[in-house]
Amino acid sequence: MSLKRIDLLICCGSGCVSAGALKIKERFHEVLKEKGMENEINIIETGCMGPCDYGPVMVIYPEGIFYKTVTPEDVSEIVEEHFIKGRPVARLMLSDDERTFSVQKEVPFYQKQIKVALANCGYIDPESLDEYIATGGYEALGTALTEMTPQDVIDVMKAAGLRGRGGGGFPAHIKWQMVHNIQDNEKYIICNGDEGDPGAFMDRSLLEGDPHRILEGMMIAAYAIGASQGFFYIRAEYPLAITRIRDAIEQARGLGLMGKNIFGTDFNFEVEVRTGAGAFVCGEEMALIHSIEGERGNPTPKPPYPATQGLWGKPTVVNNVETLANIPTIMVKGAEWFNTMGTQTSKGTKVFAITGDIRNTGLVEVPMGITLRELIFDVGGGMVGEGKFKAVQLGGPSGGCLTVEHLDVPVDYESLKERGAMMGSGGLIVMNDEKCMVNVAKFFMEFCVEESCGKCSPCRIGLKQMYEILDRITKGQGKEGDIEELQRLGESVKMLSLCGLGQTAPNPVLSTIRYFRDEYESHIRDHSCSTKVCLDLMNFNIDKSRCIGCSLCARKCPTNCITGSREEKYVIHQLECIKCGNCYDVCPVNAIDKIPGMHPEMKEYRAKLQAQKDLDD
Amino acid sequence: MKTLADLKKIREKAQEEMKLRGSNVRIKIVVGMGTSGIAMGAREVMKTFLEEIANRNLTDVIVTQTGEKGLSSMEPVVDLIEEGKAKVTYGNMTPEKVKKVVVEHIVNGRVVSDYVVATGE
Repeated sequence: MSLKRIDLLICCGSGCVSAGALKIKERFHEVLKEKGMENEINIIETGCMGPCDYGPVMVIYPEGIFYKTVTPEDVSEIVEEHFIKGRPVARLMLSDDERTFSVQKEVPFYQKQIKVALANCGYIDPESLDEYIATGGYEALGTALTEMTPQDVIDVMKAAGLRGRGGGGFPAHIKWQMVHNIQDNEKYIICNGDEGDPGAFMDRSLLEGDPHRILEGMMIAAYAIGASQGFFYIRAEYPLAITRIRDAIEQARGLGLMGKNIFGTDFNFEVEVRTGAGAFVCGEEMALIHSIEGERGNPTPKPPYPATQGLWGKPTVVNNVETLANIPTIMVKGAEWFNTMGTQTSKGTKVFAITGDIRNTGLVEVPMGITLRELIFDVGGGMVGEGKFKAVQLGGPSGGCLTVEHLDVPVDYESLKERGAMMGSGGLIVMNDEKCMVNVAKFFMEFCVEESCGKCSPCRIGLKQMYEILDRITKGQGKEGDIEELQRLGESVKMLSLCGLGQTAPNPVLSTIRYFRDEYESHIRDHSCSTKVCLDLMNFNIDKSRCIGCSLCARKCPTNCITGSREEKYVIHQLECIKCGNCYDVCPVNAIDKIPGMHPEMKEYRAKLQAQKDLDD
Repeated sequence: MKTLADLKKIREKAQEEMKLRGSNVRIKIVVGMGTSGIAMGAREVMKTFLEEIANRNLTDVIVTQTGEKGLSSMEPVVDLIEEGKAKVTYGNMTPEKVKKVVVEHIVNGRVVSDYVVATGE
């Protein structure tokens, strides 16, 4: 007999867990036990609810009250006030200047979102097969198996126009059709969960938050192409995702949804989980296939495509996690419904992981064709702090930066590509005007240098050269012609590399040169970093008119490069300064300024060194 | 499980477990749980509602609570909110009265006018 009257959904996505969600859950159990209310309240761990910045977050049904940044100390109050007396705790609700948002669906963060892939994420208990079934789970699979032919399934996908969500945007139905057409008794379906872009966590959240959906999507794909064996390739850094998928497979088996004669048909399916060791290049489908085979994760030339010669030389379809997540809903609601969302060429929705200098960092799902402005300022809540919007980096190390002038660009595969960025897997990093674009390009280049598998020399050597030029520029040793050299190298690497990694790795550099060339030029010509990020291209200076001679900066300086007295005031000796910023932080009267550009003393010193070096040579 | 019909059975049962989160609600029972309500036994009243609903396997009824309703002399006070109908407020509730309200009002759709203290918004 169920006496439950409240469903307490605690977000246990990785963001909220690291903010302490599990402790809160424990505390709820304790408090409810004390009050003898355990049988009245369901405590449910869900996947990521999205607004990670406000974690730990929770939603309380039947009202749908949304609480943010809950601490273990708040638990008693929630139980006492909300659960017993029915008075939701207003101070834990999200609010802006004008009003408080009590119910989840009122929260502006959710308003422009349409959740398809993420529909259950943060709504059901990902460890419960029953809850997935309650939301209509496995109905799509059952209908496909019992009432449709594989070709019917492919036709639905074709009409829907679902494109690969992992980055490339290749239409899913074309791959399916190719493999479907090949006669072979061994075919494979692989779920690519090797999400590696810095700042991206869409696939992880889906696998953790709604594992059965991915499994169902995979099984529908398997039926369509005629495969009876599937593989999940998930990186080992995602232990929770791996556990959840493994559990989901076992639960499905328990119910007869895995194994032989599923839904009483002659469709058989088995699936295995393979964990990746975290190499970025293994997200590339050929490298991924080799990694599953037990070989070194290196890309090989295409063609032959995986569709003809994939895993162990057999026809194989590789689909991204989010692509698979869309399939069950498309099958249930139909292609026509899917086509109501998106643009001419890009249908449906896209999940983004929004991070950076933005108020609502987290996981969002928006219809394709939404403008960057809506995505960043409405869904993302705008910039955090004083900084102004400067650039947005889309598509991780393969993508590019877009600027203020692109804010009204619709987010779809083609529009982004035209402007030098790409959809990528959906990582979106928003940057304010305190970020140095040369440094950003250097960061992504360093990542690609590390992650290049080394097979093709343009990528292995070219990227390293590009990195070194960028490094020199940020250290004030840039030369005339560096920008052109970066462009030449970048174009060559793009043209001559075998796989997607090399073909896209120069994008962050090329796009920042395209839109922020003046910043590169001022680094090279004026030895000045206007954002004061590149330490060699800025200096700290004490303004004597404001200095009160307290000596605090001199005492805190680790290299003793600040001297002076109460009368004389203090001064920084530039040649010894290591730019640690201690003095800037401790000055009680803010008399220390960060100034863009290399200090004249330093310039003179470097010139002298160079002259000496030239003489020696 | 072998057929779509089997799946449907599992789904219906699972949906019942998740009804608090769903929109498939015919009647919402709101128990006033302010200080005076609790003092007059609102928790017992709410528990009885929960038990009766579970006993009768009513899947489209949810019980929730609210604060002080301003009718202190008539506590415990309970609202029955039904889609498309005027709100009915019952006062001076006891577990026995709750049982009658569940049978008469919720199951048979007849308002128990003896206990009603207010109707409408």
